[in-house]
Amino acid sequence: MHDPGGVGIEGYLTVSAILLAIGAVGIIVNRRNVIIVLMSIELMLLAASINFVAFSAHLQDMVGQIFAVFVLTITAAEAAIGVAILVCFYRKHGSISVENVNAMKG
Amino acid sequence: MTLSIITFYVFASVAVASGLLVVLARDPVHSVAWMILTFFSSAGLMVLMGAEFVAMVLIIVHGGAVLVLMLFVIVMLDADLAELKGSLAENLPLGALIGFVLIVELGLVAANWAVPESARAARGAETPLITDTANTTALGLILYDDYILAFQLAGLILLVALVGVIVLTLRQRQDIKKQGGNGQTYPARGIDLKDFKPGQGV
Repeated sequence: MHDPGGVGIEGYLTVSAILLAIGAVGIIVNRRNVIIVLMSIELMLLAASINFVAFSAHLQDMVGQIFAVFVLTITAAEAAIGVAILVCFYRKHGSISVENVNAMKG
Repeated sequence: MTLSIITFYVFASVAVASGLLVVLARDPVHSVAWMILTFFSSAGLMVLMGAEFVAMVLIIVHGGAVLVLMLFVIVMLDADLAELKGSLAENLPLGALIGFVLIVELGLVAANWAVPESARAARGAETPLITDTANTTALGLILYDDYILAFQLAGLILLVALVGVIVLTLRQRQDIKKQGGNGQTYPARGIDLKDFKPGQGV
């Protein structure tokens, strides 16, 4: 198998795993600030695309990079819609604090 | 080879450190700045792996467009960001626990993971030699050929996102005056067309 970028696939997988964990921690830690929650989700999706590219380089298979492009597409759409929902929420409530968002509770 | 190893460690440590600062920064604007640094470092890692196109898309689309959009929203919403602070310390133990569990689980998977011998045969599209075909060309040859349906569907998802964002944020403001073409040209009482004989006047 081919070693991507000198250090082998393990280094890249480690970076990706750490970024994923940081994203998960960020969602928990910054629950109140939905902007940082959105950025944490982006961090996790970035970790996923690093994984795709790492395996693409490791197996010498281009399909991994194709899927990384698709992941980036979805991330862009998700960020745009998330920010739009945030703008709607701010217009309705006058703040972006989502600590006590329970309007949709049944 | 040593230069690429040094480059990997530089980019990897910068990516991890700035990723941590995205989460821990007090000011969301600083978070966005650290996020841009994370994207640049990750793009450096992808260039090291030979995926130049994905790296450049990451910088241009995410560093350049998505994060600037978030920055605009943070700045223009004029929200009270001070009330969002302070939850870091109380949530940190739970967050650290979840992060630790996630890392341990991924480590367990990585420890027991091996590439089977059949993996090479199962490849969808073998990467051509970089001396023969550039990365972007090779990507385009597959993307517009084998993955044209997925490509179009990704475009459709972007279209849906575009329409959805406009529907969510567009509002008809009643407190401003604006141009209304038909209402200005044709008065509300309507227009009568009358047929006058020539030379008679009204």
